[in-house]
Formats: sequence, C-alpha cells, structure tokens
Amino acid sequence: MRPSPRAISLTVLSLAIVLITTWLIWIAWDATASDPMTTLAPLSDNADAVQGLYNFVTILAGIVMVGVLTLTLAFAVIFRERAGHEPQQIHGNSRLEVLWTLIPVAIVIAIALPSFSVIIDTTGDAPDDALEVVATGNQWWFEFEYPGLDVTTANELHLPVDRAVNVELRSEDVIHSFWVPQLSGKVDMVPGHENRLWFTPHETGMFLGQCAEFCGTSHANMRFRVFVHAPEDFDAWVASQAADAEPAQGDLALAGEKIATTLCAACHTIRGTNAVGQIGPDLTHIASRTTLASGMFENNSENMAAWLANPPGEKPGSIMPNLNLNAEQIEQLVAYLQDLK
Amino acid sequence: MATATGTLPQVQEETTIWTWLTTVDHKKIGTMYGISGFAFFLLAGLEALIIRTQLAVPNGAVVDADRYNQLFTMHALTMIFLGIMPLGAAFFNYFLPLMIGARDVAFPRLNALSYWVFLGGALLLTSSFIFGGAPDGGWFAYAPLSDEEFSPGAGLDFYAIGLLILGTSSLMASLNFAVTVFNMRAPGMSMMRLPVFIWMMLVVNFLLILSLPVITVALVQLVFDRNFTTNFFTPAEGGDPILWQHLFWVFAHPEVYVLILPSMGIVSEVLPVFSRKPLFGYAAIVFAGVAIGVLGFAVWSHHMFTTGLGTVPQIVFTASTMAIAVPTGIKIFNWMGTLYGGSIHFNTAMYFAVSFIALFTIGGISGVMHASPPVDSQQQDTYFIVAHIHYVLFGGAIVGIFSGLYYWFPKMTGRFLDERLGKIHFWLMFIGMNITFFPMHFLGLSGMPRRIYTYDADLGWETWNMVATIGSYMLALSIIVFLVNFFWTMRKEPTATDNPWDAPTLEWATSSPPPEHDFDVIPEVRDRDPLWYDRDHGIEKVEPPSEMHIHLPPPSYFPLLIGLGVLLLGVGVLSHLALTALGVVIVIYSIWGWALEPTE
Ligand code: HEC
Ligand SMILES: [Cu+2]
Ligand SMILES: [Cu+2]
Repeated sequence: MRPSPRAISLTVLSLAIVLITTWLIWIAWDATASDPMTTLAPLSDNADAVQGLYNFVTILAGIVMVGVLTLTLAFAVIFRERAGHEPQQIHGNSRLEVLWTLIPVAIVIAIALPSFSVIIDTTGDAPDDALEVVATGNQWWFEFEYPGLDVTTANELHLPVDRAVNVELRSEDVIHSFWVPQLSGKVDMVPGHENRLWFTPHETGMFLGQCAEFCGTSHANMRFRVFVHAPEDFDAWVASQAADAEPAQGDLALAGEKIATTLCAACHTIRGTNAVGQIGPDLTHIASRTTLASGMFENNSENMAAWLANPPGEKPGSIMPNLNLNAEQIEQLVAYLQDLK
Repeated sequence: MATATGTLPQVQEETTIWTWLTTVDHKKIGTMYGISGFAFFLLAGLEALIIRTQLAVPNGAVVDADRYNQLFTMHALTMIFLGIMPLGAAFFNYFLPLMIGARDVAFPRLNALSYWVFLGGALLLTSSFIFGGAPDGGWFAYAPLSDEEFSPGAGLDFYAIGLLILGTSSLMASLNFAVTVFNMRAPGMSMMRLPVFIWMMLVVNFLLILSLPVITVALVQLVFDRNFTTNFFTPAEGGDPILWQHLFWVFAHPEVYVLILPSMGIVSEVLPVFSRKPLFGYAAIVFAGVAIGVLGFAVWSHHMFTTGLGTVPQIVFTASTMAIAVPTGIKIFNWMGTLYGGSIHFNTAMYFAVSFIALFTIGGISGVMHASPPVDSQQQDTYFIVAHIHYVLFGGAIVGIFSGLYYWFPKMTGRFLDERLGKIHFWLMFIGMNITFFPMHFLGLSGMPRRIYTYDADLGWETWNMVATIGSYMLALSIIVFLVNFFWTMRKEPTATDNPWDAPTLEWATSSPPPEHDFDVIPEVRDRDPLWYDRDHGIEKVEPPSEMHIHLPPPSYFPLLIGLGVLLLGVGVLSHLALTALGVVIVIYSIWGWALEPTE
C-alpha cells in the first residue's frame, strides 16, 4: 500500500512538531550541565566513564522517543475518523511483529554491552597508590578520616588532584549515600557493610556533595564539600590538620576552651585537649572549615553562635542537643572555636 | 457457583445502607472499591500538592522536616495501595464477570470480605496522621532507619500493620479472581479469547499471589524487630539491613507491574473500539504481558544498584531489567499498529488512551536509561527517578484508569460523562502532567536528590521547581473539572443503550447498567471479539425466556464483621491487646457463622 500525499505530509508535520519539542527539551537538558551539582559535567575519570555511557544512552533514548511519539501522533491525525472510511479488519502481521521485537532487542543489547564494560571498570579495585579515606555517615553529617595521615575532619573532604582516592564507606547508624555528582556516581554507606568507591579527580576546585539515601529528619541537610587541590596544597593542608589544636589565646577564648573541654567533651574531640568524644564532628580545626553543620551554614561567628544557642532549632532533629548556653558562654565558645584554624 | 434463592424478574427491594454493607454483588463491591479508591487518590493528591507547595521555592516553610517526611511517605503509600490498586480492583471487580460472561465472581462473599478488609487497612493506615504520627521512613521503610531505635514513634508500626492488613485483602481478592477467570468463562470463551484487560489482570493476580507472601514475611520480621527486639535487620546485633531491601523489592518491583498492567489492559480495550478495528497482535500483547510478569520477578535488585551489590549481580540484574524493555516495546508497537489504518473516533476515553502510549513510552525510555547501573549511579535517588515513576504511574497507570472511566462510565451508570468537560479535563491533565513531571528530569540531572524537604538557592533548582509546582496545581484543577463532570452527569437521565460504542466485548451485551444477575441469558462466545462477530454474522441476541430462575448469592453480614474483626486486631496491636483479643473473637465467630450460613 503506497502512502498517500496526505499521509506523508501529516507524518512530516508530526515529525516537525516532535523534533521541535525534543529540541526545546534538549536545550533545557543541556543547560543543567552548568549547575553546581550537575551530573553532566564530569571532572574525574570515574565520572567520565559514566558520562560516556550516559551520552550514548541518551542519544538512543532520544531517537526512540522521537520515533514513537512521531508515529503515534502521525497515526492519530492521519487515521482520524472520516465519513465513509471503513477500516480494514487486520488482526496482526507476523513479519512486522517479529521486526518490532528485534528493534528493542537490538537497542537493549547496544546499551547493555557498554554498560557491562563500564561496570567492570568502575567496580574493580583501586590502584595501589590510591589515597585511602574512610568516610562515615552519621545522622546527619559526614566524617572523613585519612588513615596513616593522622587527620580526621568532618563534612569537607580534601583530595589531591590526579591521584586516585579509595573511599571506604561506612555508617554509624542508618543507611546514607555518598554522592559528589561531578566526581562520581553514588555508593551507599550501609551499617555493617564495607562499601567503597574510587575515582581520580582531574580538576582542582570545590565540588558539592549530598547524602542521597533518605536517612531521617534532616536528610535534606546532610551535605558536604569536596576540595580538590594541587598536590603541594594538599600536603600543606594535611600538615596543618595533623597538628593538635591551637591552645587558646586571650581571656575570652580561654574561658571558651574551659567550657568546650567540659560541656562538649563527651561528644566532640579537640585533639591536644581532654575532649575526646566520638559522637559529633572533630572540632580540632573547626575554624578551617567553610561550613557548619554539614554544609548548612557558612562558617562564621554569627552562624556559629546561632548554632550553639539551639542546634535542633537550626537543623531539625540534630543529635546535638540544645545545651541551654547563655549568651556569655556562647561568646566565649565562639571566640575559642573560631581560633581553631 | 454459590447459589441461593432469588428468582427473576426480581422484586427490586429498596436499596438502603444495609444493601451496601451486606452486598456480595461484584458490581456493588466494584463501585465501593472505585469510590474509596478515588477518595484516597484525592487524599494522596492533596499530600502531593502540599509537597509541591513546600518545594516551590528554596527554603520553603509550609511544613517542617518531620511533617514533610510523613507526607512523601504517605503520598506514595496512599497512591499505590489505597488509590491506584483499588481503582484497578474496582474495574476488575465490576467487569471481570461481565467480560467473561459470568454472573458473579467465584466466591462472592470472599470478594466482599476483600473489600472490607481493604477499607479497614486503609483507614488504619490513614488514621496514623491523627494517632501518633504517620509513617515517615519512605514507602520502602529501609532498615535500620525503620527500626525502633531510629523511628521510635508509632508511624512505622502503622505502616507494618496497615500493609499486612492490606496485603491480606489483596491476596484474597487475587485468588478469588484467578479462580473466576479459570472456571467461570462463558461457553466458547477459551483463554485465547479472553479480553486483554482480563489477561493483564490475571497476570496481576499471579504477581500478587507470588509476591505478597514475601512482603508479609518481611513485615512480620519488621514488627518483631521493632517490638520484640529480634534482630533480622539491625546490623548491631548481626542482622542485615540489605536483607530487608531484597525482601522489599522482590515484592515491590512486581508491585510496579501490579499498578501498570491494569491500565495496559484498559487501553488495549479502548484503542480497538475507537479505531474501529481489532487489536493488532492480540497474542503478542498477551504473551508480552505474561513475559513482563515473569521477568518482573527477576529484576528487583535494580533498585539496589548503589548498595554495593558487586560486579556480577550488577551485570545480571542489568541484563534481566533491560530484557523487560522487549515485551514492553512489543506492546507499544502493537498499540500503534492498532491505530494504523483505523478510523479513529476521538472522544475523551480515546484521548486518554492515545496519550497513554506517548506518556508511558517516555517513562519506559527513562527506565531503560537507569537500567544501566553506571547511569543509575548518577540518577538513583534523584528527581530523575521521580520523573520516571510519575511518567509510568501517572502518565501510565492513572491516565489509563481515566480512559477506562470515560469508556465504561455508561455501562456502569447508564450515563455518558460530558465530552466537552471531559476534553477540558484531558487537556488540563495532559499539559499539567507534563509541566509537573518533565522538569523533574532536569532537576535530577542537576543533582537534586529526592525526599528533601528543603533546598538551597543558587543550585539551579529554583526555576524548574516552580514550574513543577505550577503544573501540579493544573493537575488539581483538572481533577476538579472531572469531579464537576461526574456530579453533573450523575444528575442527568440515563440514556445509554446496551452497546453505545459498538464495542466487541461481552460486558456490552447486557443492559447499561447491568441487572443484578448481569445477563438474562449467558452469552455464547464465537470469536475473540464476540459482539463484532455476532454483528457481522447477523446473529441475534438470544431473547430471555419469559420465566427465569436465576440463583444469586444472598447478602451476608459476615464479610463486614470479619473485616471489622481484622481491623480491631490491627488496632489492638497498635494500642491495647484487649482489642486484639476482641478482634480474634469476632473473626472466629464470623468464620463460624459464615461456614454455617445457608446459601440456598
Ligand atoms: C550530645 C552530644 C553533643 C554535645 C554535648 C555537643 N555536641 Fe556539638 N555536635 C554534636 C553533633 C552530633 C553534631 C553534628 C550535628 C549535625 O551536623 O547534624 C555537632 C556539631 C557541632 C558543631 C558543628 C561542627 C561542624 O563540623 O559543622 C559545632 C561547632 C559544635 N557541635 C560545637 C559544640 C560545642 C561548643 C559543644 C559544647 C558546648 C557541643 N558541640 C556539644 C554533638 C554534640
Ligand atoms: Cu541522607
Ligand atoms: Cu523495579
């Protein structure tokens, strides 16, 4: 059966409508690549591998979508009810049906094979010289330890550029997920399981991460940052973090230190003092961090005072309780903590 | 068949509240499923509106974190278990006997029991908002967050008990329906002449029969972990939270097909009727549906690609998941083949059916994208997945249900829903749905995680969140238009003839609405499209004999009573065990009464 000119022109029209829509979608789609937490601008080898596959899958998906939508639309307009037209009563067509069984078979094989190879590449072992980091999820913050380097910090992960990092993923309580879109896909932190993830960042800069598995009240507020440095900057950072806490200077800070090493010592560690608590983030170099409370607030005196005054008020559900500190105590504590560079 | 007295023509007794409470008529039960399902659908929609309002702007303050977590959890639970599933069950209840030429389902009282147990479970789950806080651990309730230590409130107990009760109801209904399909077809209706809707529901029933026991075990373990300090899922004592995930998804992946297959069946009925030609590739569509059901049990771990499954399981579950794209593709092509060469009459039912093809395809395609674990590692738990499931469940399941509603409304009520309002409803819903859910793909790609009650400005998420919220209000408006249409239509005089659409299936061989006994004379089936065959071969409808004796099962109080007992049993577990004891007594008493109840 030869298609009529009417059918051809309506098909072309449908194709045009679908293509224009797809093009508009593509513009918005592509624009997301410049957002801070984009999944489309990879800056590590791991993320590169995923991106290569992703691009291929997206193109195939786009072709299938344009095909199906165009034909559905075209059939709907071409075959709409017309007076006197009695449709032929066909029940099927074996040849066609075999053909369109093979089309999806071919598409999924085309997607599956490269997926398998990326799975094998990215789930294998990290190179031997990889930097070891232990990342632990807590309700609702991240701890980062560097075994052998004597560094423990929270919510901000520092890495050297162009060197593989092997992140061991643990959890202290419920399931969390470690995700820095520009550096890698996510892997869950499951209590009782040892998961890991490795990647090699190849660009310096600051990258945003966020917990990606629902983990309770403040799941939305469980964010973190990754700083990728030139190697010498990374070494300098390690040296400064490995040092004990700065002893307090000045009356205000001294008073603050006294409170911190008593009231706060059960939960927080401040190396070089007798505060060795394990429940909350290590505060030894809290002033060197850019944010407070797992990426919620910029780290400055004002925000820190607000935090100390009422943690659960600032961050719903916070495990750090309201300690009913008075304004004076808060001032002293802030003076002390803001010196812990 | 359960038999009882009741001769025809029957004296139409007055319908009272008791008629409904004691009915065992599949059409009345279907209607009750439909009305309850729709009410819960509205409630879940309301929850979604609050969610979208909260997320319209960064740092939204409409609700707080805990309330938000309850809302997204209850939105999913309500839509899935109290909205879409019962709406599918409503159609199936109403039309299963009618479409296979039977007078009722195999076990009419069991059917009523399924409904009352469902209603009890649904009310129990929903009442958690009033009593002690709704579940807030996500509909997946991952351990150990769901454990007593991290979720000390009553919410997760409501979740476990509510789902256990609802599961019992679904299991009873599924067995009942499957037996009905196998045993009660009209003469001449072989399995390969079953309407596609019935086939798809049969697959659904098998999915439920096989998957509900798994979640039942898991839920019982959860109850034990929470209340009796067992350690099935708690890592500190040697339990394994990943075990919960396996058990949950072995149930919950098939559950996704439980939600979508009924709508695939509905559009497979609607498309041929309004294209005025038979369904293209009937056998292929049926086998594809069965294949989807079978494969649906082999893919659950694709929900767990990021849990550290390991290389080989990732590859295996990628392969099985992608394999599902093949039968799904076959269906889509066959629906398009049905349109091809037709003479398409575009009424509202058909608008919904055709848009189903397009929207479901989009959801299917994004599904294939994250069937690839590396891609999934970037999309998992982001709004990209939210977009995907809503294209499948809204663009698929709900759009299909509306197609069925406009299509079958004259059969159920004798009245036609207004076409002008119907088209307004359709366009508002179609455009609103795309405005709401398409931007979520973009949000996911720019890294917005799911299940966050708040987000910061300048992450590039403001615009699309606002757009999605506007879309969701459009969806609400479309539902209002539908409700207006519904109530307005119900006030009109019934005008529908037996077969106003000139449809081929048996439910159109009886009056609209059908009499209580469904068919005056059980029809004989000579073809896959029986009414078209009869039409084309000049076969007249058999006139009923002047004197008829049709046995109908009598009404019974016991299903309602058992339903009440089961509800008390659940309420007792959540409050005071004395109530449980009372529930047990009522259940045992009613089973006793049920067994001895005269059915002649
Ligand atoms: C009961 C344990 C507990 C006590 C006592 C406690 N904290 Fe905390 N603290 C925490 C936890 C847990 C967090 C992490 C909260 C979050 O981000 O969700 C935290 C976070 C902090 C932070 C932000 C750290 C960061 O990296 O962003 C500061 C600063 C802090 N606490 C200071 C103090 C001070 C000062 C005291 C004593 C006055 C104190 N805390 C007492 C548990 C405690
Ligand atoms: Cu989280
Ligand atoms: Cu699934």
